[in-house]
Amino acid sequence: MNTPVLISTFLAASIEVIEMVAIVVAVGVTRQWRGALAGTLAGLVVLAVLVAALGTALQQVPLSPMRVVVGALLLTFGLQWVRKGVLSVSRYGWAEGIGERQVEEGAGSGFDWTGFLLAFRGVSLEGLEVAVIVVAFGAGDHAIGSAAIGAAGSVLLVGALGAASYRFVARIPRRALQLFVGALLTTFGTFWANEGLGADWPGRDLALLWLGALYVAAALVLVRVVSYWRRGTPRRVRAQQPLTEGGFR
Amino acid sequence: MMLWNRTRKVVTWWVVTFVTGDDWTVAAAVGAGLLATWGLVRAGVPAWWLLPLVMLGATVSSLYRTVLRERG
Repeated sequence: MNTPVLISTFLAASIEVIEMVAIVVAVGVTRQWRGALAGTLAGLVVLAVLVAALGTALQQVPLSPMRVVVGALLLTFGLQWVRKGVLSVSRYGWAEGIGERQVEEGAGSGFDWTGFLLAFRGVSLEGLEVAVIVVAFGAGDHAIGSAAIGAAGSVLLVGALGAASYRFVARIPRRALQLFVGALLTTFGTFWANEGLGADWPGRDLALLWLGALYVAAALVLVRVVSYWRRGTPRRVRAQQPLTEGGFR
Repeated sequence: MMLWNRTRKVVTWWVVTFVTGDDWTVAAAVGAGLLATWGLVRAGVPAWWLLPLVMLGATVSSLYRTVLRERG
């Protein structure tokens, strides 16, 4: 069992699973639970098949080139999360959750196919990012099993929390979590990319610790710095700006 | 034709989501950082410090440009 990979995928997956749970609960509460849960199950099966197929195929690729590719992927993805986290936390503070989702109400007495499709689409789209993270972490250290267990644990835990109390899940400060997990992805991305290129780290695996501390400290400083830069911007203008200018959330 | 359009949409979504995101310059910096590290390693120069430095620089620069855009 590869504990660092397991913990990292658990945390990274939690970011997306919070969104998944929010969508499924919103569909279940406002439309029909049977359709929402069936859609969730179908979405999770598709993701499991995807992870198993890609993970098995990538186990055969040599570790060094794989680490460069996976490292680059984790760097670009992790830095996006750090930037989004910094921008959001500096604007809304640390405690901002995702809030409650709005789903059009009204399902007939039979099986709710609309609810099924809404839940399926939400789970499979949010889950695709989880699948890429699981496959990347699994391939980067040849530990697809640990990565899959971490992600499955996240689905079970956040799913159980959502089933017990949706309001609790809605209050989890997702953006703050995204900032820290982004730093974590960037840490592994930097470490593996350098290893793959043959640049040896001083202290070998211990470099993960100081590298992680460096990125988290930098992110925390950047939250303060971006708040300072924004002082001259009227709040009304800030509120009108989109949270992120990118293609996803 | 329909298959081509769908494939293009999926590829575009994947690239935007996982590679370029909201700022393509950061992805470019990652690529440049990897190339420069590879070059230094080939030349026998210790290069472990370069990638973290490039990543921090690219992030600060990207955030600064975002705030500038907000100000209009």
